[in-house]
Amino acid sequence: MSTTGHAMDGQTHDRHAHEGHQDHHHEHDEAHGSRKGYWIGFALSVVLTAIPFWLVMTMTLSKPLTAFIIMAFAAVQMLVHIVFFLHMNRRAEGGWSIMALLFTVVIIGIALSGSLWVMYHMNTNMMPMQAASDME
Amino acid sequence: MSATAHKLDPDVFHLAEEPHHPEGSSTMLGFWMYLMSDCLIFAMLFATYGVLGTSYAGGPGPKELFELPLVALNTAMLLFSSITYGFAMLNMTEGKRGATQGWLAITALFGLAFLCIEMYEFTHLIHEGAGPQRSAFLSSFFVLVGTHGLHVTFGLIWLVVLMVQVQMKGLITANKRRLMCLSLFWHFLDLIWIGVFTFVYLMGMLR
Repeated sequence: MSTTGHAMDGQTHDRHAHEGHQDHHHEHDEAHGSRKGYWIGFALSVVLTAIPFWLVMTMTLSKPLTAFIIMAFAAVQMLVHIVFFLHMNRRAEGGWSIMALLFTVVIIGIALSGSLWVMYHMNTNMMPMQAASDME
Repeated sequence: MSATAHKLDPDVFHLAEEPHHPEGSSTMLGFWMYLMSDCLIFAMLFATYGVLGTSYAGGPGPKELFELPLVALNTAMLLFSSITYGFAMLNMTEGKRGATQGWLAITALFGLAFLCIEMYEFTHLIHEGAGPQRSAFLSSFFVLVGTHGLHVTFGLIWLVVLMVQVQMKGLITANKRRLMCLSLFWHFLDLIWIGVFTFVYLMGMLR
């Protein structure tokens, strides 16, 4: 009994010291980023925003190519925001943040592509109202 | 030494008491979970817009309604507010209360400018007879962009409340934690806006 009590005390003590150190380290290195990091993120965002707007406003390229480029730029800019502004990395909160993010991305992917796919086919396969009444 | 020996003991597989967590240590993860669920709300609204976005019901489409220079200005406002909030956070880490408050105030002004431009756009659309009841396209447009605008509105209220808190209590641990939560919220809204201006406005103009 006394051995257990002693062991527990030792453990609690150990963990406290460890946690305190980790928190300190964590707060300064990862949670806020650096001035340089914010500027890099900002510069990349400006470029990744300006080019799509310019492409659509001037219509320099064909429509499908423009659509592909602006979608790709949006995806890249979202990543830039996640890394440089939200300071997401594999270590934040012991890896749980990125797990939650990846899970959310998967759900969004399924929900978005599923909705668009199903509803597009519903639209194309549905008989127009006029044709439906003609068949009777 | 005895602690190590006990940890490895196969008979002891749970702790006699719950591990002690310092106050607020799980707040950031919890807030991140909230943001992810908020992300799902926006995903559903984007899906709705994706499905209904071409149903004009004989009414005006994106090309007749959207003004890209105004959207570009709005995007710039939100992006500027993102980096100024970043500077506020950096000053907070260094413990400079005055600079933190200053950058927060600038962030609030950019946020307010964004909201004013959006309100102008909405009233302009409604005035032209392109309100949410005009077509499925406009309904889904107003719900999606309006929900984002509502988030920015509440973010702005939160920002002002935190500025008052920091003024009264200083940069205490609790206030730092609150500012970090709002930081995630604010940058997250900018992230959603990337989706809005790409899928709604730019893709709309390509139709």
